[in-house]
Amino acid sequence: MPSFGLGHLWFLLIAAGWTIALSAIAFLGGGVLGFFIALARISESRLLRGLSGAYVQLVQGTPLLILLFLIYFGLAIIGLDQLPALIAAGAGLTIYSSGFLAEIWRGCLQSVPKTQWEAAECLAMTRWQRLTRVILPQAMRIATAPTVGFLVQIVKNTSLASVVGFVELSQAGKLINNSTFQPFAVFLTVAALYFLICYPLSAWSRGLERRLNVGRR
Amino acid sequence: MTYQFEFSSLLPYWREFLDGVWLTLQLSAISTVLGFTGGALCAIARADGPPWLKRVVGAYVEVIRNTPLLVQVFLVYFGIAVLGIRVDANLAAVLALVVNVVAYTCEIMRAGIESVHKAQVEAAECLGLNRRQTYWHVILRPAIERVYPALVSQYVLLMLASSITSQISAEELTAVANRIQSDTFRSFETYIVVGLLYLALSFVVRWAFWGFGMLVFTRRRKLGTAL
Repeated sequence: MPSFGLGHLWFLLIAAGWTIALSAIAFLGGGVLGFFIALARISESRLLRGLSGAYVQLVQGTPLLILLFLIYFGLAIIGLDQLPALIAAGAGLTIYSSGFLAEIWRGCLQSVPKTQWEAAECLAMTRWQRLTRVILPQAMRIATAPTVGFLVQIVKNTSLASVVGFVELSQAGKLINNSTFQPFAVFLTVAALYFLICYPLSAWSRGLERRLNVGRR
Repeated sequence: MTYQFEFSSLLPYWREFLDGVWLTLQLSAISTVLGFTGGALCAIARADGPPWLKRVVGAYVEVIRNTPLLVQVFLVYFGIAVLGIRVDANLAAVLALVVNVVAYTCEIMRAGIESVHKAQVEAAECLGLNRRQTYWHVILRPAIERVYPALVSQYVLLMLASSITSQISAEELTAVANRIQSDTFRSFETYIVVGLLYLALSFVVRWAFWGFGMLVFTRRRKLGTAL
């Protein structure tokens, strides 16, 4: 039986690279999709509000694992079963993060006082101008800390991409453990690598939050 | 694309789906109760313990919150096996979920405890309440009431996250689904059904917590307001 060595560590480091890549895809895709859903959540149209609300409920009310299975088998049904696992995993995580980011950003958009909307309206701005010139710049300041905090969740949840056959950090750890059976060495290393990625993000998020709350203390 | 949806072949498995739902609920309920208790104790230790204990709890919370649940589950399950103790997957699953949720509960409760004004504690001291009474009546109860919504969200997420324990073959809902889909080859339909079951479960769990909150937090019930 081979024992856990430098070659394995190298394999884990490459897999950690894939974890970061997948997180980036999920964050960018989820960010774009989530932004429009957040806008739909505060739109004036009742239909848009209802649809986007249902979408958020659906995504937040089902486990990511089930979402990934659905996409994996759903893609196979529409004849796209030759796609690389990265696409299925990326799509699943994109939908997942869009549901959560939309809700975070909706909260941030709504935390801008209503009087700001009204004041902008008094200046004869269109709804789009009000949103982009007045509300978004203020909401974005509030949104940075929780968004960076959610990045940590995305990184951690990429570990589930292993179920659709994508070899990222956790799956690599599992493969190595299957051949060496040294779970403590392998999974503690895997956990340490995740920690190295996530902890700076957590600390950054906390720092941002502290800076934002300066005025309130 | 000509795919015929066929849910009828799943019908004979309704009992197994129900068993899965039941085990998911059990896993979540046990982990919630143990996680809440442990998390409250950790939060107290972190707020009021000796410095070394504060640091240990702080490190524990940071490590758990910055690593994926899946890796924690693997560590517990394979780790126990390598120590030579035979433990069934369900027990390992509960253990991993508790270790995980204690850290999150601790962090949420800490925020609640910090939100209790210092003057309240001083007032309690003036009234001659002892340490335990102060903690229970003045600090913990209002703190819990304040962070209750955050706790509920965390425990709903825990219920959904318990699906991850299917990876070590704990026989909860997702593991049942994995087995049924490999029996019937109706993968897409199976996961649609299970997805809807989880959705229903998350509503039920939310309602249950809402009802429980109404029962426990009398102020909310009588005045319709939180603290």
